[in-house]
Amino acid sequence: MLQKLILATGIGAALYLVRNLYVIFLQLPDEAAQGAIYRVFYFHLPGYLTAATCFLLAGIFSVLYLTTKRFKWDSLAAAVTEVGLPFAAMNLITGMIWGRIIWGIWWTWDPRLTAALISALVYAGYLMLRNAIPEPTERAKNSAVLAIFAFAGVIFTYKSNEWFRTQHPGPVLTIRTGGGTIDPQMEWMLAHNLLALLMLAGVLIAIRWNQEERRRQIESLRREALAYSI
Amino acid sequence: MIAAALQVARKDLTSELRTKESLNAALSLTVVLLLLFSFAFDPTSEETRQWAGGLLWLVYSFAAVLIVSRAFARELPNDCLEALRASPVPASSIFLGKALASFLLLLGVELTALPAFAVFYNVNVGAHPLALAAALGLATWGLVVIGTTFGAVTVNLQLRELMLPVLIYPLTIPALIAAIELTGASITGAPPLSIWYRLLAGFDIIFTALALGLADVILTD
Repeated sequence: MLQKLILATGIGAALYLVRNLYVIFLQLPDEAAQGAIYRVFYFHLPGYLTAATCFLLAGIFSVLYLTTKRFKWDSLAAAVTEVGLPFAAMNLITGMIWGRIIWGIWWTWDPRLTAALISALVYAGYLMLRNAIPEPTERAKNSAVLAIFAFAGVIFTYKSNEWFRTQHPGPVLTIRTGGGTIDPQMEWMLAHNLLALLMLAGVLIAIRWNQEERRRQIESLRREALAYSI
Repeated sequence: MIAAALQVARKDLTSELRTKESLNAALSLTVVLLLLFSFAFDPTSEETRQWAGGLLWLVYSFAAVLIVSRAFARELPNDCLEALRASPVPASSIFLGKALASFLLLLGVELTALPAFAVFYNVNVGAHPLALAAALGLATWGLVVIGTTFGAVTVNLQLRELMLPVLIYPLTIPALIAAIELTGASITGAPPLSIWYRLLAGFDIIFTALALGLADVILTD
C-alpha cells in the first residue's frame, strides 16, 4: 500500500512538473526587465526552499534521535539530507546560470551565495561522516551532533549575511515584501513549482528512508549471523 | 564543573608540554606556511596589507586543526578516554577542560607566529590592538570549540585526520571571516566595524552552549 502511494505521488509529481514546464516556457510572458532568463527563478527559489526544508527536517530528526534514541529518526535524517543536497545544487546551478546572464559572471563572493555554498559543503560533510562510521549507534549519534551544529551554523551564516550589503536581489514574495514587487501570475507559478518539487522531494525521501531502514536490518542480520558462526 | 574542567585542562597542558608533539608540529607548520605563502604572493608589495589578515588566519586555522585533533586523540593510547569517561567528572567538564587546554596552546602558537608574520611580511599588526586582541581571543575560542567537538566526534574513526578538517572548516567560516576583517583592520589601520565583534561573540556563545549541552551525548556511548 505504502509502495503504491509512493509510486502514485511520484507519477503525480512528474506530471505536475511537466505541466509546470509547459506553463513556464509556453504560456508565461518574458519578464519586463530581464527577458527570458528570469524563468530559472521558478527552479531557483523553490529549489532553495525545498533544500532548506530538508535541512530543517534533518535538524529536527537529529534532535528527535538524540532524545528518543530510535533509529527511524536517524534514517529519516540521513534520507532528508541526502535528498536536500541535489535541491541545494539546483539552487546554486540555476543561480549561476542567471548570474552569468544578468551579472555577466558565473559566481560572485556575495554573502548569500557564499552561505548557500557553505551549507552545501557542511551537509556534504555530514554524508561523508556517515560513510566513515561503520558502527550504527556511533554513526547515528555522531551524525546527529553534526546535523545540529550544521543547522545552527547555517542559520548563523544566513542571519549574519542579512547584516551585510549584498549584491543578491532582495526578497520578492508577498509574504516578505507585502506585495507589489512580483506579478501575481508569476508568484502563483512559483507556488506551483514549489509544490511539485516538494512532492518530488517527498517521494525521494520516502524511498531513501526505506532503503536506509532495510540497510540497517541487513546490517543487524549480518551481525547476528556472525555472532552465531563464532 | 569549572574546577574539574581546570583539572582536565591542567592535565592536558602538562602532558602536551612534556611531549610537545602537537605544539612543535603546529609551530613549524605555521612558519612553513608563512614561507610558502610568500612565494604565492609578493610579500613586499603594498597590497600585502589588504590580504595579510586573511593569510594569517588561514595559517592559524591550519595550526588549529593540528592542535584540536590531538585533544581527544591523545587519550586513545592505553584507553585513557575510557578512564576519563568512567571518572566522576561530568562530560561537559571534560569537554570544557580540553577546549581550554587547546585554546591556550593555540593562542601560544598564534602569539609566537605573529611576530614572525609581521617581520616576514613587513606589516604593522598593532594599529588597533583591541580589534586584534578580540580576533585572537574570540575567534581562537570559536575555532577551538568547533574543533574540540568534532575532534571528539571523529576520535574513533579510522579516517580521523581526513574527516576533521572537512567537518570543521565550513562550520568555522563565520568566525574566520570576522577574525580576518578585524585583523585586517588592525593591519591597514581602517576603523574596525562593531558588527564583527558581535558576530564573534554570538558565534562563541551559540557554539559553546551547543557543545556543552551536547557534551554528554558526544562523550558517552
